[in-house]
Amino acid sequence: MAEAAGPLVKVRDLKMYFPIHAGLLRSHVGDIKAVDGISFDIAQGETLGLVGESGCGKSTVGRSILRLYDVTGGTVEINGFEIAHVDRDSLRLKRPMMQMIFQDPQASLNPRMTVANIIGEPLDEHMKLTADARLARIYELMDWVGLNRAFAKRYPHEFSGGQRQRIGIARALALNPKFIVCDEPIAALDVSIQAQVVNLLEELQERLDLTYLFISHDLSMVRHIADRVAVMYLGRIVEIAERETLFAEPLHPYTQALLSAVPEPDPESERHRKPIVLQGDVPSPANPPQGCNFSTRCPKVMDVCRQIEPGVFDFGDGRQVACHLYSDGMTTTAEPTAGKIKNQ
Amino acid sequence: MPDTAMPILDVNGLKTVFRTRGGDVHAVNSVDFHLCPGELLGVVGESGSGKSVTMMSLLRLLPSPPAEMRDGTVMFDGQDLLTVSPEELRLVRGSKIGFIFQDPMTSLNPVYTIGFQLTEPLRAHLGMSKTQARARAVELLELVGIPDAQRRLKDYPHQFSGGMRQRVMIAIAIACNPQVLIADEPTTALDVTIQAQIIELMKELRRKLGMAIIWITHDLGVIAGIADRVMVMYAGEVVEEGPVREIFRDPRHPYTQALLKTVPAVRGARAEKLQVIEGQPPIMWEAPAACSFRNRCQFAFDRCGRENPALTPVTAEGHRAACFLLENTSTKEPEAVDG
Repeated sequence: MAEAAGPLVKVRDLKMYFPIHAGLLRSHVGDIKAVDGISFDIAQGETLGLVGESGCGKSTVGRSILRLYDVTGGTVEINGFEIAHVDRDSLRLKRPMMQMIFQDPQASLNPRMTVANIIGEPLDEHMKLTADARLARIYELMDWVGLNRAFAKRYPHEFSGGQRQRIGIARALALNPKFIVCDEPIAALDVSIQAQVVNLLEELQERLDLTYLFISHDLSMVRHIADRVAVMYLGRIVEIAERETLFAEPLHPYTQALLSAVPEPDPESERHRKPIVLQGDVPSPANPPQGCNFSTRCPKVMDVCRQIEPGVFDFGDGRQVACHLYSDGMTTTAEPTAGKIKNQ
Repeated sequence: MPDTAMPILDVNGLKTVFRTRGGDVHAVNSVDFHLCPGELLGVVGESGSGKSVTMMSLLRLLPSPPAEMRDGTVMFDGQDLLTVSPEELRLVRGSKIGFIFQDPMTSLNPVYTIGFQLTEPLRAHLGMSKTQARARAVELLELVGIPDAQRRLKDYPHQFSGGMRQRVMIAIAIACNPQVLIADEPTTALDVTIQAQIIELMKELRRKLGMAIIWITHDLGVIAGIADRVMVMYAGEVVEEGPVREIFRDPRHPYTQALLKTVPAVRGARAEKLQVIEGQPPIMWEAPAACSFRNRCQFAFDRCGRENPALTPVTAEGHRAACFLLENTSTKEPEAVDG
């Protein structure tokens, strides 16, 4: 590998604002701050889980990193290349190394294309292959994701949800990417099929040394697949830590509430579980509260939270929490830490 | 029947078929179950397992064609809901049996105010006057935890958040003090922190109003925390039912066992590899003549392909499962799965 041991993905102070236009002249009256200054690193071969509730901006993060949106501010570096601010032509050359798996396999596959053409489309766009080589590559990809080669001429509607997601995965793998954003890849699937797809993603990661940003609202699945987990709330990362540290001892009040709200398939422990039930709803990202974004629902809210936005406190071992509760004796940091490089 | 109380709802041999161009789809195949007063019955299954169709069939909510109720009885309040006249059924729907649907956005009418949609059943079923109904509507909204209820009656569904809309749906469903409340995936469309709010609300309402609830979900975690009894469905049949603790502690059907293992834990030990149920659920083009789970079952043997196992009692507490393994537990012990 050409590059040094640094993180594969480096995101710094990423901002993505969607303008609000109103009135007769459609003048710019404000912004939806979907992503409001977030930073993180992902090491080669690592899976970073990105969790949060709907509307917190987690999908926007995934899309901005791949430059599916033109970001408002900040930098994104993947494999040593600046992505956020390059021109379209150089960006296009970099597209093969970063791919995406979408949530809804029904909506993200063209119903009028055969499986072979769906998987082959990235090859047509970015590589000049002979017809034989192209077909060989398509078959190889179908084998990798566990699709029967005999189905290459079929159309997406002939497949079940789990199989359709496998087609989407094969398409994402076509150009040998290094980094894949998985945007809720299992949310639309049934419980018994979810495990199949997650196991496939893990196998492929091991075989191809892939790096994942795994976006999900399913905390138990993220605990299973991710090495590190970042928790988002209203456009910001409130806590980021190694998987086991985060699930064993969440520090941010929002992470605590989020984890405690997940019911577990065990009647005994469920009888005694006392979830922290948050009051109210998430505020609008067009008009976030002053100070800490979570201050309107936080059970541990203090006066300072309503006035000053908390800094990011570093607990070492790659653990960072953005909360005033930990301001005593802590130093703020600007530099996010990546997980350890995996040597497997 | 092991339960001492008389069931308020008793379903026997229910069969629902959808007539499609490709052929008949047997969505519900001889489903039997009962519900006792004040009880919470959890119904678990994957999409297509027939859990929603079963509950819609009870109230004849499915459009016919394509749906066709071929067989069965649904005894409620001394009458069979499958044979009562449409007028009598109207009296049951919405007033004696309430229904909460999964998606609060699509099940509320976007062009009417919440106040109108809430007072409609009160006036239709309970014969209240406009002012009475409005007063009761405010009361109901307060009961389900919607602040500023008086003013919010004038709002339309889109002016509420997802969680608040589901609260409105619940208020409508309980408006006429139903004896039975059927909740079809009431928290599936919601975020976890909002789901926690709704579950707390439902528990509180149950304590206050004492109605029996049927809660349909695919989320085993949700069921574990609220249900008294659980019924597991697969391919339109009940494969296992019993008290919640027994189902989770000692599941006897291979499908239930596998299903419980495919879900990773948020707390406690973490498995390195997820257990998988290979394959996918069948489409029921024919009424089942054999065990529908056999193609995905790791214990399947000859007999599973020849006959369809009936629900057999496992314990005296009403725990039943439909699997041949239970008949000769000495030769084929289902404990082998724990390996």
